[in-house]
Amino acid sequence: MAGAKEIRTQIASIQNTQKITSAMEMVAAAKMRKAQQRMLATRPYAEKMRSVIGHLQLAHPEYRAAIMREREVRRIGYIIVSSDRGLCGGLNSNLFRHLMRELKEHRNQDHEIDFCIIGTKALAFFRRFGGRVIAHATHLGDAPHIEDLIGTVKVMLNAFESGEIDRVYVAYNRFVNTMTQTPSVEQLVPIAGEQDEKLKHHWDYIYEPDSKEVLDTLLTRYIEALVYQSVVENGACEQSARMVAMKSATDNAGGLIDELQLIYNKARQAAITQEISEIVSGAAAV
Amino acid sequence: MAMTIHVDIVSAEGEIYSGLAEMVYASSVMGELGIAPRHAPLLAQLKPSEVRVDEGSGGMKSFYISGGILEVQPHLVTVLADTAVRAADLDEAAAMEAKRRAEEMLAGQQADFEYARAQAELSEAVAQLRAIDRLRKVKQG
Repeated sequence: MAGAKEIRTQIASIQNTQKITSAMEMVAAAKMRKAQQRMLATRPYAEKMRSVIGHLQLAHPEYRAAIMREREVRRIGYIIVSSDRGLCGGLNSNLFRHLMRELKEHRNQDHEIDFCIIGTKALAFFRRFGGRVIAHATHLGDAPHIEDLIGTVKVMLNAFESGEIDRVYVAYNRFVNTMTQTPSVEQLVPIAGEQDEKLKHHWDYIYEPDSKEVLDTLLTRYIEALVYQSVVENGACEQSARMVAMKSATDNAGGLIDELQLIYNKARQAAITQEISEIVSGAAAV
Repeated sequence: MAMTIHVDIVSAEGEIYSGLAEMVYASSVMGELGIAPRHAPLLAQLKPSEVRVDEGSGGMKSFYISGGILEVQPHLVTVLADTAVRAADLDEAAAMEAKRRAEEMLAGQQADFEYARAQAELSEAVAQLRAIDRLRKVKQG
């Protein structure tokens, strides 16, 4: 019964894998709930930030920050948000595939590209793919803090201010619901704002200490908030994608075990039948 | 009824306060600001300090913020705090704890990085051993 024994060890190994995947599913489900709460908690700040920027675009500021002006594009910066860990289905590879299409278009237009990378998965991918990685931040953990991102964002903004890059995008997975995450790429800098010319009255803020300093700080915070929000959103995506992937892995393992069990039973029965027929034919010969 | 102004205090990691107030006090980098309803539009940079919200009838709430930006529209005050915790909760022990945790986390990250490097070195060593093993077998065979 050599075949039967092999099948039995195979079943045992699949059962072990199933145990691991179902544990991972439960962990991901618990983390997902927290990640979603965190995502909701960042919304008020982003909304207020957006409304302040909206007001600012209606005002007639005496100082126009470089960040708000469009210019001719030669070099583009991408901030890419990915997860630190794998086993979360096609989450990261979907994002990368989506990005590759866009990068190819930029290459066709002779735009050069710089990368800022958040998360080890994207780091590994772009190390293979090539391209200039000018900054990266990894191991942000389950509860990322905005302080961890300031450096990465600053590198990009500095490059923009010094004229090295002319446009900055952020690429991340947008959280739609637990089953659906869509890769999305958004323009960060220059801040895409519609200039409304038919304003009722001409007004400007009072600035303290002065317009340049306040506006530069405000716009930096705005960009940081957008990047932070995309990181938090990507975190929620990661957990829910992992939960779904692990659930299907557990189900598949169950299916495999059932199938193998059937084969095992058949092999066992065949062995017994063979033994009996050997005994019977042996007895008949005597 | 006294005139009121809508106040929102938010930080990147959550909403802190939202409500109506008669007066808001904050410290900008230039000095103390008091904002009453129908204040002119203002953008100010705040220094790490207390923001106090006078809700009228003696209700005064205070929040500690570690810097941020204050926007004033005639009927709206928005404080975009960098990281804000309730002033009442802010005691020395918690601050020390946060600092220690941060340092520990930094140390932990270091360890994680070391682990990754060690793993890479280990896999390299294993590959070398395997190659040597194979060479030996070839010689013997």
